[in-house]
Amino acid sequence: MSYVVNGESGRKYLLRGNEAIARGALEAGISVAAGYPGTPSSEIIENLAEASKERPLYVEWSTNEKVALEVAAAASFAGLRSLCAMKQNGVNVASDFLLHLAITGTRGGMVLLPCDDPGSLSSANEGESRHFARLVEIPLLEPADFQEAKDILKWAYELSESIHNVVMVRSVTRLSHASGQVVLGELPRTEARAFFRHGENIMDTLNGAVVTLPVVPRHIQQQEKLKKVVSFFEDSPFNTYSGPPSPELLLITSSVCSLYSMEAVRILGLENRVGILKLGTTWPLPPKLLERHLALTDRILIVEEVISFLEDNVKILAAESAAKVGIKTFYGKSDGSIPSTGELNPDAVIKALMRILQIEYRDMPDDYAQKAGEIALIGAPGREMTFCPGCPHRASFWSIHNALEMDNRRGFVCGDIGCYSMAIFPTGFKTMKTQHAMGSGMGIASGFGKLGMFGMDQPILAVSGDSTFFHAVLPALVNAVHNKSDVILVVLDNGGTAMTGFQPHPGLAVDASGNEVPGIDIARVCEGIGAYVRTCDPFDLEETQRTLLEMMENRQGVRVLILKKACALSPERKNKRDYKMSVDETVCLGENCGCNRFCTRIFKCPGLIWNKEKGVATIDEAICTGCGVCTSICPAGAIKKEVA
Amino acid sequence: MRNAILPSDPFNLIIAGVGGQGNVLASQVVGNMLMEKGFTITIGETFGASQRGGSVMSHLRISAGLTFSPQIPRGSSHLVVSLEPTEAIRVLKDYGNPGVSVLCNMRPIHSVGVICGEMSYPSREDLEKWIRMLSKQAWFVDTTDAAMKLGNPVFGNIMLVGALAATGILPLDRETFKNVISRTMTDTKVEMNLKAFDQGQAMLSN
Repeated sequence: MSYVVNGESGRKYLLRGNEAIARGALEAGISVAAGYPGTPSSEIIENLAEASKERPLYVEWSTNEKVALEVAAAASFAGLRSLCAMKQNGVNVASDFLLHLAITGTRGGMVLLPCDDPGSLSSANEGESRHFARLVEIPLLEPADFQEAKDILKWAYELSESIHNVVMVRSVTRLSHASGQVVLGELPRTEARAFFRHGENIMDTLNGAVVTLPVVPRHIQQQEKLKKVVSFFEDSPFNTYSGPPSPELLLITSSVCSLYSMEAVRILGLENRVGILKLGTTWPLPPKLLERHLALTDRILIVEEVISFLEDNVKILAAESAAKVGIKTFYGKSDGSIPSTGELNPDAVIKALMRILQIEYRDMPDDYAQKAGEIALIGAPGREMTFCPGCPHRASFWSIHNALEMDNRRGFVCGDIGCYSMAIFPTGFKTMKTQHAMGSGMGIASGFGKLGMFGMDQPILAVSGDSTFFHAVLPALVNAVHNKSDVILVVLDNGGTAMTGFQPHPGLAVDASGNEVPGIDIARVCEGIGAYVRTCDPFDLEETQRTLLEMMENRQGVRVLILKKACALSPERKNKRDYKMSVDETVCLGENCGCNRFCTRIFKCPGLIWNKEKGVATIDEAICTGCGVCTSICPAGAIKKEVA
Repeated sequence: MRNAILPSDPFNLIIAGVGGQGNVLASQVVGNMLMEKGFTITIGETFGASQRGGSVMSHLRISAGLTFSPQIPRGSSHLVVSLEPTEAIRVLKDYGNPGVSVLCNMRPIHSVGVICGEMSYPSREDLEKWIRMLSKQAWFVDTTDAAMKLGNPVFGNIMLVGALAATGILPLDRETFKNVISRTMTDTKVEMNLKAFDQGQAMLSN
């Protein structure tokens, strides 16, 4: 139901935050967009890639976020408007270039759009992008609802072109992945022409070469831009106050927390006691606007997600303006009113308001809460994360697990983020023993692989997805080969950036917009840098385990095993079954078999369930994908596959 | 355009299930249908990592004109629609109250904890009894089984939307459903989905 390109101007649509952002970028007339997939940001580039089929727009999934930011910057240097989108981790990756970019400045309007994930709903950390805006001294905007998510983009591009620097617009999961009403604006005709001016005067930021040197004079230029930003921010339409003229408490908030705050105030009936200052321009803060509102009352509550940013900056301003606005009492992270970890919701704000204003509120009758809690304990068995039925990772980690057991030297797997992170759980047989940033599995394995001189003789494995391979594994792999580390890299090649929705990557022969492009062969890259390379089908458990064991026992140096099988949810495999699966109940011995219910206790594919009444394993027809792997794990041969 | 009155404003609807059951599509369809009726809709969704066999939940806030938080406050759902029975109980623990209504598809999806025998899956009788204890009114249907007969278990979500329309709690009707899905689906798909919607609607009428 995407109206991002074809929606009519002036009409209201139900849009996801990410769709609203993409539409806002189109309405602002961008020419180039680049990014790397990451929840909750991926749909921004996806929607723009769709739009590129109909509009003069270049969109790419870049190798990683740093490259994406560089690609978007090139467009800006050539005078075009550009967007770069990523999840919060991506800003860490891109930050080296971002720092340099912030010094050189930009030409065509440029927006960096990170989507943070407070509460780590689908992330491996709770990092934040906001702090980078202050660190590299660029303006930060935070839309608070769906309409703003669209409208703020246009404003951001105008701001970027007024100060000639990149502007950060930060979203969060509960905005990017939530939906609400948005009234669309016009899509402009864009007839932008690209030309890069690189005249002699390097101090001429609009016509000279784009360089950071000389650093200090450039840094002065950059800080002057930031001073100019403040004057725009003082009158920004994205900063609003709602509440009485003299509130008992002033609540200062931004982003989706403003919706939580408004709801909490409404539920507690505090509209006449609490005022809400919602800020859309959160770095640098506009001091006059803040002073005006701080003067309204002596008690201030700051509501924001994860660690304090707004709170610190407001406190600094309040200290500087103390002579004018008086001494304030602050509530927020530092006094524990608002938690410093996890995401917020209306309940968290209600709790803070109850504590500060000493009011009573009951969200659920006690007897109901007790009854529901007791029932849920037995009635809602936990649902831990698991690989999907038919997932190639289950088969791959099964083989890795078995090969490590057979080798018997307590080998282990170093990993990173992606669906395969779940190999830290029973669904991946707990084979993954280190798990950090993208590419870190290979880097850490490269380090472990040099510890032989200190007596370490455990086999060292690293795993990587196919998209991750290009993103950050490659430099670590080169490092391992060059430094003669003893390590095996297993590339879990499932044919796309699966976790975030099958975005293409450099290994595939298709780009973001569906055009044919050269795909880069992972095996040939690895061979090219001097690794020993083998490729197997992970669904062939026997061959995979034999190959892995042979690699572990008979070889040294850098070895790469590519396990190639499309993801079960990929367009290629979804709703297509290779086999019709069944359990022969006359052969399955159930609890009496020496296998101790191997299939359901150890292998644990959700498509293979236990029939308590009959005491046998059984196929759940509703979710089995017919991959056929379980046939090869049943020692009794009770699981049958028939070509579908 | 608005031709119906909400039982309360905001009306808080939760659509729950397990990743892969079509929870997000159901919430987008219902949201668009209600928007067509003139209401202001906000939907908060949990997907991403949680879709891999985990519990998923959409929070729909339906209002005459205000945008609400994409997360429903604790204890304040008015209607819970669940594609899986144990998920209905999980939702009621946090968002239930004595006045809540529940519409539930009774087809279990066993979690790995259940499959390996560490946890046990409750009986249908117990599940129905508990859901009744925690709600003012409850409807139990078997949309997955009916959907499998129709050719694909994934139609279970649209059948549940049909059943939801038949409860009469919200102003949802077949024509609006058709309008909404016709915007993005091919004619053959529209036909299949209408069939699923009709079957779901009939489950409550019979």
